[in-house]
Amino acid sequence: MNEEEIIICRCEDITLADIRCMLQAGVDDVEEMKRLLRCGMGPCQGRTCRPLIMQEVASHRGVDLEDMKVPVFRPPFIPVKLGLLAEAYERRGEQDNGQTS
Amino acid sequence: MIWMRECEVAVVGGGPAGLSAALEASTLGAEVVVLDRDDGPGGQLIKQTHRFFGSRAQHAGVRGIDIPDILTEEATEQGVEMIFGAEVAGYYPDGVLTFKKDQKWCKLRPERVIFCTGASERFLAFPGSDLPGVYGAGAVQTLMNVHGVRPGQRVLMVGAGNIGLIVSYQLLQAGVDVVAIVEAAFDIGGYAVHASKVRRLGVPIMTRHTVTRAHGQQQVEGATLMQLDEDWDPVEGTEQYVDCEAICLAVGLNPLAELMWQAGCSMAWIPQLGGYVPICDEDLQTTVEGVYVAGDASGVEEASSAMMEGRLAGLGCAHSLDRVDSDRYRQRREELLHELAALRSGPTGAKIREGLQKMQQAQPLRQVLVEGSDC
Repeated sequence: MNEEEIIICRCEDITLADIRCMLQAGVDDVEEMKRLLRCGMGPCQGRTCRPLIMQEVASHRGVDLEDMKVPVFRPPFIPVKLGLLAEAYERRGEQDNGQTS
Repeated sequence: MIWMRECEVAVVGGGPAGLSAALEASTLGAEVVVLDRDDGPGGQLIKQTHRFFGSRAQHAGVRGIDIPDILTEEATEQGVEMIFGAEVAGYYPDGVLTFKKDQKWCKLRPERVIFCTGASERFLAFPGSDLPGVYGAGAVQTLMNVHGVRPGQRVLMVGAGNIGLIVSYQLLQAGVDVVAIVEAAFDIGGYAVHASKVRRLGVPIMTRHTVTRAHGQQQVEGATLMQLDEDWDPVEGTEQYVDCEAICLAVGLNPLAELMWQAGCSMAWIPQLGGYVPICDEDLQTTVEGVYVAGDASGVEEASSAMMEGRLAGLGCAHSLDRVDSDRYRQRREELLHELAALRSGPTGAKIREGLQKMQQAQPLRQVLVEGSDC
């Protein structure tokens, strides 16, 4: 099995080889790996790859998934353009007119 | 203050659980706003072309695709406001929900919130699994049942649970050749009635097998299947090549729990319910007051159970807002719990019952997202 051919995080193009390379280097914490590789930080925010990475790290460490530390789920968890936030800031103080759009 | 509106009850997700929750709470007099990222109501129901099981309360005999209209019409009559195309982005410690709608950033502060966010499909990683033609079973159902598009002429199904079996049957109905159903476990996970139906139509179900490679340059052209040993590793020398244009993965669902983590709910790892789920009481209120959950987000189950859970959560919200007297609340709650127990009875509900029991003794886990913490 060629680990370089197996894509784990599709958003950020991270392969199984990348993940295992981190594990070999002693990075066996999902949160830390996320910071170094950006896995789980793309448009899907890890919905697809998080379980795969957790599984890989758990079996490397020889622990049950249940005993793994869960990465933090920060808001926003969907892609948001900065312009949108800036525009909302411009609108601050406006009265709520009951419309959401 | 940044632009914000308030409401009594916000329901996140307009699928079977969310619509039922909104309907129950609004019927009892609560002001309800439903947020859904899609253009219309229904969630997963919009692709469920099969007739439902259960009792009248769960619309037994009605096709899944027809249920959203029934629920939406009733909810609209009760004054429920539905906001579609609203993508929820987060839930904050001060009880504010943020969402994106028509390229605008919006905020909603509800007094009660019901998370009916559903679940996401699990994926398998193997060489070629990123090729066009590798689909989740939900995507295949959307393609065929919503858009009328076949995923390919020859399809390999991975997973022999109910979703894998039902989608295989729908593929056959659409004139697609299902080359095989592979299942890593020893047994077929789905109902025997569904398995027999696809077998009669000539589809082999190969237990203890998995897909180890997708072949093709630009898109899927074939797949390698291998047998598994006791350690769930592929056995050398058992490689089989199958010719196919698409690979459909039906290997389970994970509850979508981001919002519950953000709300600071105590969560528990319960594999029988699909992974991390919030710890709830019988009203489906989480450990955070005013935060409720229903449907697959509280544990992966059938849509029929999701509707009953939605009703329970909606009832609980209305009760906590003093919209229903205690006698009526207790009576209605008994009714709904009875319906749920019936849906979860028998051998098919064993896994769910086990999961719910496990929740009683679960070790809760909690994340705190506040200023000054290390999160």
